[in-house]
Amino acid sequence: MAPLLQVENLRIELTTRDGVAPVIDDLSFSLNAGETISFVGESGCGKSMTALGIMGLLPEKIGHIASGTINFDGEDLTKASDVRLREIRGNDISMIFQEPMTSLNPVYTIGEQIAEVLRRHQGLGKRAAHDKAIDLLDAVRIPNPKARVSDYPHQMSGGQRQRVMIAIALACEPKILIADEPTTALDVTVQAQIFDLLRDLGEKMGTAIILITHDMGAVAEMAERLIVMYAGRKAEEGPVEQVIDHPRHPYTKGLISCVPHLMGTLTAERPTLTEVRGIVPSIRQFGRDACLFASRCDLVSDKCLEGRPHEIGFENDQHSACWHAEDV
Amino acid sequence: MKILQRVLYAILLLIAVLVLNFSMLHLAPGDIADTIAQSMGGADAEILEQIRSDYGLDQPFLVQLGQYIWKVLHFDLGHSFFYNQPVTTLIIAKLPATLLLVLTAQLLALVVGVLLGVYSARHPNGLSSHFVTLFALFGYSAPVFWTGILLLIAFSLKIPLFPVAGMIDVTVEGGFFVRALDIAKHMVLPVVTLSSIFLALYSRLCRASMMEVLGSDYIRTAKAKGLSEREIVLKHALKNSLSPVVTLAGLQFSAVISGAVLVETVFSWPGLGTLALQSIIARDTPTILGILFFSALVVVVGNLLTDLALRTIDPRVRGKA
Repeated sequence: MAPLLQVENLRIELTTRDGVAPVIDDLSFSLNAGETISFVGESGCGKSMTALGIMGLLPEKIGHIASGTINFDGEDLTKASDVRLREIRGNDISMIFQEPMTSLNPVYTIGEQIAEVLRRHQGLGKRAAHDKAIDLLDAVRIPNPKARVSDYPHQMSGGQRQRVMIAIALACEPKILIADEPTTALDVTVQAQIFDLLRDLGEKMGTAIILITHDMGAVAEMAERLIVMYAGRKAEEGPVEQVIDHPRHPYTKGLISCVPHLMGTLTAERPTLTEVRGIVPSIRQFGRDACLFASRCDLVSDKCLEGRPHEIGFENDQHSACWHAEDV
Repeated sequence: MKILQRVLYAILLLIAVLVLNFSMLHLAPGDIADTIAQSMGGADAEILEQIRSDYGLDQPFLVQLGQYIWKVLHFDLGHSFFYNQPVTTLIIAKLPATLLLVLTAQLLALVVGVLLGVYSARHPNGLSSHFVTLFALFGYSAPVFWTGILLLIAFSLKIPLFPVAGMIDVTVEGGFFVRALDIAKHMVLPVVTLSSIFLALYSRLCRASMMEVLGSDYIRTAKAKGLSEREIVLKHALKNSLSPVVTLAGLQFSAVISGAVLVETVFSWPGLGTLALQSIIARDTPTILGILFFSALVVVVGNLLTDLALRTIDPRVRGKA
């Protein structure tokens, strides 16, 4: 069976004052129907750009897809017209964002904001869309949905607003949901609830999820496959458990070792917190024919500075773009 | 409850305005008695005394003030000796003409200002956007009376499209619509003149707030929903960007009224502005006070209406009330 979404050799360029930089450089991956795949990496590594690229929402005049294809259900989205992309957005592919506090329009009721997408894509009438909005609020576990449907965003907490965003995103039972750090702005207890909700609803509707996150715990719990992004390139890809058990890229290894652990006993010696030393190179460095992680890597050799590493495959479709993948 | 409180504050504010106006005019040198005596061609000290006691001017200041406020609270603004009519009657006769001018100008400035603002926000680097900026700068810096005279020369003298002055042509006969059309023709130039400053202000502000709103997170959400550009701008962005414009429009209401005085004078528009000018020249204190009070009243009512409008636009304002 052909994958639902197949991204091939995608290159997204941003025009900055210093010139054109590839924020996504030769990225390929695929997503099967109903599957959950997770993108991890530090800020500025191109996770959100990938999402916006798929949605056709790259910042106007600044970002554009330079080459590559995004095949969705047999259709190349990079060549689709604006009108066609609008039909797809919110209907077949939808997205929730990092900032629930500001992602809802303050001057319309949440009911209207949910109903709007139903009227737009499903052709529902006013009444039917309103009723469906109440059902959706119930589905995202907002208590007393009949009363809350006419609330305004400022009357809700951050977690509730993110639930409303999920209701909007899932209103048309999309084939793909892109969740861009959906819980970063929420407190920990709410984070778990939001992830539960996403997983349950995703399974029920058969929606494939692209989860962008910093949270390794969430990745382990939610996703089947993991893609590690670094400086606009795919560093590593593979089944979540296998990658966490045995990362094949020094960057992945570093990220995993950064996750702090709770100790079983209070007396046990606590390991010091670790970090991946150094920072992501500036956007001007992107696109160089070398390993961009080299400056932060313990395994660095001359080879790393002379050419961009090729992908090396391991069992179960684990891939790593590192010259020293075998040694990691 | 909150609204009632606002109304109460408004009444207190109006009384404060009354006290201030009355005191300031009292401080000015000369009094009504002098002016009346002058218009009679001079009078001796005895007659002056007589006039003073007739008008209650021999009473202490506080008593006069108290009496005036008491009368105003009973909707009596005094008697104009110059026009020999109650001031209230005078003002009510002139008010409709001024309100017609002011409200039409304000409405035109708002509607066109918002349209221009939205347009130039969507094409921030286009030629027409620069034109809007230039036009706004011109409208804002040119004095209204000068704009008015220029328009008169251009569209009444050189190209006689519109009448030169007045509100209605006395020779026009016919039904309501014929007369309304005639008034509309007379209104064009004064309204355009008066709205030019405010148009400039509103379009600049609307452009700025629209551009800010278009960059906000909920606009990205609207895009992710697959809405069209039109729906995004007109539904999601416009309502949010209106709040500052409406607030400014409310604040500018007093400026519109003072602008009306100038515009009415240029175009001989038979409104409160013309009356104000004439009564100032005639030193007709009761009429001046009456007009000042009415202007304050209009500004206060305008501000109340602005509050109500903001509540309608932004639910967060309602929430705090």
